[in-house]
Amino acid sequence: MADEVILLDLWASMFGMRTRIALAEKKIKYHYREQDIENKSSLLLEMNPVHKKIPVLIHNGKPVCESLIQVEYIDETWPRENPLLPSDPYQRAHAKFWGDFIDKKVNVTARKIWATKGEEKEASKELIEILKTLEAELGEKHYFGGETFGYVDIALIGFYSWFGVYDKFGNMSIESECSKLVAWAKRCLQRESVAKALPESEKVTAFIYQCLGLE
Amino acid sequence: MAEKEEVKLLGIWASPFSRRIEMALKLKGVPYEYVEEILEKKSPLLLALNPIHKKVPVLVHNGKTILESLVILEYIDETWKHNPFLPQDPYERAQARFLAKLVDEQILSTGFGSMARADEKGREVLTEQTRELIMNLEKELVGKDFFGGKSVGFLDIVAGSLIPFCLERGWEGMGLEVVTEEKFPEYKRWVKNLEKVEFVKDCIPPREKHVEHMNYMGERIRSA
Repeated sequence: MADEVILLDLWASMFGMRTRIALAEKKIKYHYREQDIENKSSLLLEMNPVHKKIPVLIHNGKPVCESLIQVEYIDETWPRENPLLPSDPYQRAHAKFWGDFIDKKVNVTARKIWATKGEEKEASKELIEILKTLEAELGEKHYFGGETFGYVDIALIGFYSWFGVYDKFGNMSIESECSKLVAWAKRCLQRESVAKALPESEKVTAFIYQCLGLE
Repeated sequence: MAEKEEVKLLGIWASPFSRRIEMALKLKGVPYEYVEEILEKKSPLLLALNPIHKKVPVLVHNGKTILESLVILEYIDETWKHNPFLPQDPYERAQARFLAKLVDEQILSTGFGSMARADEKGREVLTEQTRELIMNLEKELVGKDFFGGKSVGFLDIVAGSLIPFCLERGWEGMGLEVVTEEKFPEYKRWVKNLEKVEFVKDCIPPREKHVEHMNYMGERIRSA
C-alpha cells in the first residue's frame, strides 16, 4: 500500500523546516501544501483543532502535530534510512533534552527581538547567551549528533535562516559572537535536505519587513 | 550477568514532575535512592547535575544524568523494557506525546495561572481556558479505563501527576470546583481508576499537607 504523506506548512517557519528536513533525510515523497495563516484552511483546522498551527504532518489521513513530535514519528515510522535519533537510550535522552531546550528558549526570546518594541536589546543579549550555550554543547563536534546529522541539528538549523532578522532588529552580528555555531550551520547547509528546506535569509527578512508594514 | 544498577532521583515532595518519575520507577519495579531537595535551598549536587535549568527531577543512572521529566520517562521506558508504558505504535506514541505536551505546557500554564493571578477576573478566564484544554483529555478517555487502555500508561502518569494530584489540590484549597462530574464524567472515572493503582497511590503527595502547601504558595504569589 503506497504511503500518502501531506505536509501543511509555511515556507518561513523554522518549525516546518524541521519536518521538511526529516522527510528529505528519509527520502519520503510528500505533498507540500503552503498555508495562509491569515486565512486558515478547513483542512488545517480539521487536522489541528487544538492549536490550529502549522506544521501538520498527515500520514495516510492521520494528523501528527508539533514539529519535534513529527521528527520522532518520522524516525520511528521509517527507521531504516538515515536514523535521526541514536539507538542508545541515554544518547536519545541527551538529544531530546537539547531539543526541548531549543524549543523552550530560542523562539520565545528571538521573537521579542523583532515582534516587540523596546525589548530588542535585552532579548538580543539573552539570545546570544542561549546560542553560546548551544555552541558549548556542540563543542568540537561536526554536528550536535557527533559525526551523524540528527535530531538536535534538525531542531536548531531552521533558526539560521532567521539570523538575518535577529541581526537587523537586534542591531548585532550573531556570526561575530557565535562563529562556531554559524560554521556548524554552514556545514548543515551542505546537506541537500537542509539546503532545500531553508529559505534564503534575505527572503525571510523581507517577509518580516512586509509583515510589520516596514519598507 | 546483571550489572549492579545505581538509580538516584532528586525530587521535591510537592513536585508533580518528580512524583511522576517515582510512579514510573515503581511501575517498572526499579529500586532507587530518593534525595529530597528544597526549592529555596537547592543542593550543590542538584546545581552541578542540572546547571542549565537548576530543577528537579534529576535522574542519575549508573553515573549518567538524565533531565526533564518527559525525557526521563521515555528513558525509563527504553531502559527497562518490561511493562512498557508508551504505546508500541508510532502514531499512538505521537498522540500520547502530543497530549503530554498539552498537559505540561498549556494546562500547566493556565492551571497555575488560575491560582496565581492576583485579579479574580484574570483567574476566572484562565480557569475557563483550563477547562477547555482538559476537555481534550475527556474526549480521549471515552471507552477506556486509562489513557493507556487497560493499564496505566505514559499519559496517565503525566496527566495524573499534574492535574488530579496537583492542580486539583490547589483549586480545592481555594474553594474552587474546576472539573465537575457533570461536564467531565470520563475524567472523574479515570481519577477513581488511578487512585486504585498501587504505584500511583504510593506516589501521590499526602493530601492535606499538599492542599495546605498549594494554598500557601498561591497566596504568596497572588500577593507578591
